[in-house]
Order: sequence, then C-alpha cells, then structure tokens
Amino acid sequence: MSENDETTKGGGVGQPAAPAKPSGKGGTLRLLRRASQIVFLILFLVLFFKTEYRGESGAEMLGMDAPVSVFLEMDPLVAFATALSTHTLYGKVVFALFLVVGVILLGRFFCGWICPLGAINQIFSRFKPERKGMKRIDSNRFKPWMHAKYYVLFVMTALALFTSLQTGLLDPIPFLVRSLAAGVMPGIDYALRHALDAMYASNVGVLGWAADAGYAVLGNTVLSYKPQYFNHAVLIGAIFLFVLVMNRFITRFWCRGVCPLGAFLGLISRYAVFGIQKDHARCNNCNLCLRSCQGGCDPQGGVPLKQADCLLCFNCESVCPKGAVKFKFFPEQEAADVRPLPDLRRRRVMESVAAGVVALPLLRASLGLEKNTNSRLLRPPGSLEETEFLARCVRCGQCMKACPTNAIQPTLLEAGVEGLWTPMLVMRVGSCEYNCVQCSQVCPTGAIWKMTEAEKHGKVARPGVSGQPKPVKIGTAFYDRGRCLPWAMDIPCIVCEEFCPTSPKAIWVIEEQVQKSDGSVITVQRPRVDVDRCVGCGTCENVCPVQDRPAVYVTSIGETRSRTNQIRLESGAYK
Amino acid sequence: MATETGTNRRQFIHRSLRAGLGAVGATGVGLWLASRSEHPQRVQAAASVRSYEIAVSGATPAHPALVVVSGGEPAQLADRAMKELGGMGRFVSRGDVVVLKPNIGWDRVPQQAANTNPELVKRVAELCFDAGAKKVVVTDVSCNDPRRCFQRSGIQASASKAGATVLLPEEHKFRDFRLGGELLSVWPIYTPMVEADKIINLPIVKHHNLCRATMGLKNWYGLLGGRRNQLHQNIEMGITDLANFIRPTLTILDAYRILVSNGPQGGNLDDVRTMKMLAAGTDPVAIDSFGATLLGIEAGSLQYLNVAEKRGLGKVDFTKLDMRSLKLA
Repeated sequence: MSENDETTKGGGVGQPAAPAKPSGKGGTLRLLRRASQIVFLILFLVLFFKTEYRGESGAEMLGMDAPVSVFLEMDPLVAFATALSTHTLYGKVVFALFLVVGVILLGRFFCGWICPLGAINQIFSRFKPERKGMKRIDSNRFKPWMHAKYYVLFVMTALALFTSLQTGLLDPIPFLVRSLAAGVMPGIDYALRHALDAMYASNVGVLGWAADAGYAVLGNTVLSYKPQYFNHAVLIGAIFLFVLVMNRFITRFWCRGVCPLGAFLGLISRYAVFGIQKDHARCNNCNLCLRSCQGGCDPQGGVPLKQADCLLCFNCESVCPKGAVKFKFFPEQEAADVRPLPDLRRRRVMESVAAGVVALPLLRASLGLEKNTNSRLLRPPGSLEETEFLARCVRCGQCMKACPTNAIQPTLLEAGVEGLWTPMLVMRVGSCEYNCVQCSQVCPTGAIWKMTEAEKHGKVARPGVSGQPKPVKIGTAFYDRGRCLPWAMDIPCIVCEEFCPTSPKAIWVIEEQVQKSDGSVITVQRPRVDVDRCVGCGTCENVCPVQDRPAVYVTSIGETRSRTNQIRLESGAYK
Repeated sequence: MATETGTNRRQFIHRSLRAGLGAVGATGVGLWLASRSEHPQRVQAAASVRSYEIAVSGATPAHPALVVVSGGEPAQLADRAMKELGGMGRFVSRGDVVVLKPNIGWDRVPQQAANTNPELVKRVAELCFDAGAKKVVVTDVSCNDPRRCFQRSGIQASASKAGATVLLPEEHKFRDFRLGGELLSVWPIYTPMVEADKIINLPIVKHHNLCRATMGLKNWYGLLGGRRNQLHQNIEMGITDLANFIRPTLTILDAYRILVSNGPQGGNLDDVRTMKMLAAGTDPVAIDSFGATLLGIEAGSLQYLNVAEKRGLGKVDFTKLDMRSLKLA
C-alpha cells in the first residue's frame, strides 16, 4: 500500500477500499453516509434553483412550487438564534427540533450526513490537497485553533440575546444560500450566457443549434429567467471561494474552525448516547484513521477523543485495520478516553461573551438602527419594523433569489454595520411587482412576514394590524421637478403614470398650458403623486426615462412597518 | 556554452535574433493595433418594412375590409368574424408559421381587461391550425414580469391548450433591427416575433392617458426591448414608425371587455365595460379608429391615427370602407 495513493484522496468521500479491509459495519455506514451527503446536496441545489417563479404554477397565488426554504427552516442555529432574539419560533422553523433532538441523542450527524456546505467542503478537501502524507495526518490532529468556532458562537449568542441577529453571517445554510444566490450563481449565469451568446453570434449553424440546446436545458434549471445582478456580488462570491480553497490546506477548515452551527451542535451533543469507543490496546499507531478524519476529533489510540468535533463520518472505523475504533451506542469510555466537551478556557468563554455584549452598544451607536440617514433603505414589502427585522433576518438571500425583478439587493452599509447583507430594494435595478409576494413566501424567519396578495393590497387585514386594512407601503414616491420631462422641459412623457399599478393610480396628471422657448404654446400633462395612494413600489422610478438619476424616486418615508418614519399624522405613531 | 570570457558567437547570434524578433513583433502588433483605432460607429438604418400582408386584389366585394361582430362569447365572435372575412384559410396557408401578438403586458386577470382575452387567443390559434398552420407562436414583451403576466392573463394556459407555442421573452433572443423610421432608427426586437410567415395582431381596447386609446398600432410596442420608456416623448411618431415597420396579415381587435379608465393597466373592475364585441380586418388604422369609438373618441380625433393615415398605413374614416356589422343572436 502506497502512502501517497491514499493521501491524495485525503478526505473521506473517495477512500479506496484497498489499503485496509473495511470492517463490515463501518464500511456500510460510510457508504450510507456518502449517499446521504449526495442526496441532501442534490436536494439542496434543486430547491435552490427552484427558488424562482418560472411561470409554471397556475394557482391564485403565483409562487414557488416547492418548499424552497426547508433547509433554512430546519437549521438548528436559525432556530436557536431567532429563539433568543425574538423568544419565538417562526413558521416552520419549529421543525429544526427534529435535528436538535437527533443531535442531542446521536451527536453531530447533521455535519457529516446532511449539511450541504459540509458535503461541499468534504469534496473540495479531497480535491488535490496541498498537504499529503505525514503532513496530512498531522493536519488532521485536533488543534486548539479549532476552538475558534465556539467563541464565534458565543459572540453571536450574546448579540442575539440583545436582539442583534448576526449568526446568519457564518451559519452554514444562510452562508451557502447567500453565497450562491448573490455571488456565485449570478457569476456562473453570466459566464454561461455569454458563452452561449458567443455561439449564437458565431453564425455557425452547429454552434447556434448547440446554443439553442444549451438554453433549452439550462434555461429552466440552472440559469435564472433573467440575468441577476447584485451589489458587490464579487465580495460575497470571493468569501465563498476562500472557504472552498482553504480546504486544500486543512480538511473541512470551515467546519473545524469557523462554523457556529457545528459549535452549537458539538455542545448540545454532550450527552449523546452514540459515539466512538476506542480500544487503545489494539491500536498499532498506523494513523490511518487520522488520515481520513473529517472533524479532527482525534480518533487514534493513546489520546482522548474530542467528542464535540466528531462528525460521525465513520471513516476511522472503516479504515482501522485492527478494529481499535468502533462506533457504538453507549460506548464504554473511561474518563481518560474522551473529552465530552471542548477544552474551552473559562476565561476565553467569558471574553467572547463579553465581546458580544460590548459589540452590541457599539453597533447600535453606529448610524443604522437607532438613527439612520439613508432615505433609500427600502425594505421588502411586509418587512417588520427595523428592530424586529434585525432580530430575524439571517441574511440568507432567499428573498434576493426569489425577487422576479432583481430589485432586492444585499446592503453593504446602507442599514448600518449591523445590517450587513440584509435586503433592500434598489428601484433602478427592478421594482416591487404589485401583485408579487414571493419574498415574503420564502423568508424563513418572518423578517419579511408571510402575506398574501390580498393582504399586500389591503383588501384583508394583516395579522397583528388592527383597524381598517391598508395596502402595504414600502415608501413614498417624490418628483424631482427639475429633471422631470413635462415639468422641466415641457416634453410629453408620463410613463410613470402608465405604469403606476394602484387603482386608482397614485400618479395623476394635470394638463397645463405652457409657453415653449420659441413662443409656441402647448399642453403638457404634468404628473403628481397622491401620497395616500402611493405604495412605494418604485415602478415609476424604474421606468423613468431620466435613467441616471430618475425624476421620480422612492424614499422610505411612509413605510407601513415604521410608526415614526411617516409624513402623515393619520398614519403615524401618535394616531 | 558560455566560456569564461563571455558569450560565444553562436549564442550571440541566437540571442540577438530572438531579441530582435521580439522587438520587431511587438512593434508590428502595436502599429497594427494603432492603425485600427477609430471612434466606435453607431449603426444608422435606412427605412425598412416587414410585411406579412396577403395580396388583396383591388376590390374583393366578397370580403369586407372590416367586420364588427357583437353579442357573443369571444370564440363565437372570432368564428363569425373570420367567416365574414372569408375564413382563416384566406390568410393562413398550409405549413405557415403564424405569430399571434396579443397584449400580455400586465399582471392582471382577464376580468380586469388589461390583456387580450385568453379565450379569443385560444380560438384564433385553433383557427390557424385548422387552416393548416404548421406552428402557432403566442408571445409578447410584457411590461410587468412576463412570467406573471403570461400566467395571470390566462393566455399561457389557454394558448397551450390550443397547441400553440407560448414563448416567454428571453433576453438572448433580442437583436438590433434596422427600423429606419422617422424617430426609431435601430431598436432591439424580440426576434421570434418577426420570424414568421404570417402575423396576427390581437390587441385589446384600452384607455391610455397620454395617447387616449391603445389598441392595435400601439400593441407593436410589445415587439421592442431596450429603452421603451423613451417612446412617450413623441408617441405619435413612435407608434407610426412601428406600424410602418411591421405590417400584419390581419388584426383582430378584442372588445369583449374594454378598459375605459385607469388604463392601460387598470386593476379596478369599475373601469371595465363588457361589450362582447370584436372587430377584425386588414386595415389596422381603420380598426383602431373604430375601436376608439368604443371609448367615446370620435374618428379623426386620435392624433397618431391621423399621422398613420398620412403615412399611408390605412384609413381613419372607417365608415368609408366596406364594413360589415353583425349581431349574434
């Protein structure tokens, strides 16, 4: 058996069976684990690509035809963190309990068997690893830096307790969805489209035919209906690529060192009844288990097992030539055999909690939540009031993927540092389709509270809102009369009026006689906004022909979700 | 090999040649690129017409130029109108690819009368197939999100049921076309719309605040991609340039339900009148001129139709044409 043969395979996905005879149970479980990872990864990607209304379903409500947010809703950290920040569990998030209970009983099987980011990391760990042979073995030993993920978790837990939900930045499911939705896939989409278009442009028959076939196959699956563009997609995509590349140096770098969900699951699996039982006497120190270890939990003989880092990948059991490592229910473990909890230093724990506690007032003292000067922070329709919103938004980017007009964009600093990558509407990119409620349908945590078309239009009351039902307002449109064609240049236009979707229209016109520079008198229709009818959908801004800085634009004033960001006494906080 | 004293002759020649070639090559490429440099040119276009019209002999007394049918369901109206016009077989030949261009502009249900009636689209598609059409394409470049418009209008479902190919507009299928109009020179057009043997325009009668009424001629905005939002600045010229560019085989105007205010998008059922009418014919201007009367606009008072007549696209005064009005029992 050659050392390099196997170490080039490095990780666990493709362990050749040759070098060590897999013991029966371990080998089977490892195969099952791989199958499970592949199935869940494919399921995740299918649901991801289905997070877009493609025009198939003919129901009253046009929306997704699959439970596209299920991975986010089943995410235990989404459940834990939003429970801390809101003292509730929204919608289907309660189903995360299945995984929480499973992990409490069995250990971190989610990381090894289900997590799609874990599977991706595992695949990339295997792909041409930088470290081979003894270096690989050494890199798979437990290292103290792997405790970093616990401190990440503690900082975020403290923040969540004080209603600032930051887990989504590094929680693997929101991280993966966001990276794909607002970074990686728009990039791949761009590349594929340009390749296919170049084939068309070649005017070579075969290539044109191939391009047609390409669009036919990819168009309804991988490509979105229209190309999507996102604010700093390059940054979001680059962070993801960095995580992938790190696998070449350290197997599952993210899972071992960064992932707060893994840390959470490691801690709650303290009393798991399933795990590794070592027979130190049998171990011949061949280190085969170490070479293929995914979690870095020290399965080899002579050292204690780091239980919280075991991902239940079953690689160690299946490669051990001596049967010294076995997975068992109620494993017999001496105190010296296992560390059921990570060796966290109490001082570090206190420091990381303190860091979260201190970060909160600093974040809130920044312009953002308490005082925001950004009039263009337009939250998707149905979004909760900003404090509630930040207590719920996990920045998963589902709303951005689902938005049919590409209007929903990730913020950078528009919502303050605290609101990084939360959604905002940019009306020049797209506007809010009047009848569309897809963002609210896919939001896993209720930051954009689920609503129907009738609720959006104010035909029926929304839950928790008393009084006469009113349409949901995102903001209010204003005219820049110095740039508007009929106002500033006496040129007919009123495209805004044509597209204004409310009925009766919020944009209305007055016909006025004006004298032009050559002395002739003409009649122009000059548009105005009825502030009470305007829902702030931004369609007027989107279609205004004054492209660079539209003559009509929406600001957040009047947004339904705020009691204070109001113009009108009738709709404000003091009514 | 280098000797202690330095380079030998062979090496000297080799290195000099390589360096020399590199220098000459770089200079050559640079000068060639420099010689290519010029300000990017914009394409200008000469006037162009895409005609899908059938040959109509000077006077065909058997077939009227304009038929108005009232008092029935959309499919019945279409059947009767086509019968009066000599049957669909007069317009569609065996093996034709026919494009139907309904108005599918808005995310509205049929009752709101913002899009062409789906039952009418379905029936016309069936009539085309009956006449031997090889393929019937139904498409439009919508104003709202097309996926929502096609679905909500009911046209996706109804046209598919008739066997038509319903095409959502896709970005990669727009091409710059040379329209060569007075105002519109080169515009991106959705190519599946014009890759046809016959084109049937299927507009609906609606109020429009800027140009008062939108029907058949304005329906051609739905060919275009690009900056459609600029067209309002000279809407008469924009509409007639397009109508001049594309000459449909036939126009079938849906007036089953019409939108009398808050057009062209509507949304409120109070703005809808159920007329149970349909007009069809080969003179697009006359049909629009008739349609406008349903909104209370007198023939001759729609500016863009007058311009269209001046440009030789049809007759505003439809009463002067051979017109047939029928009421179904």
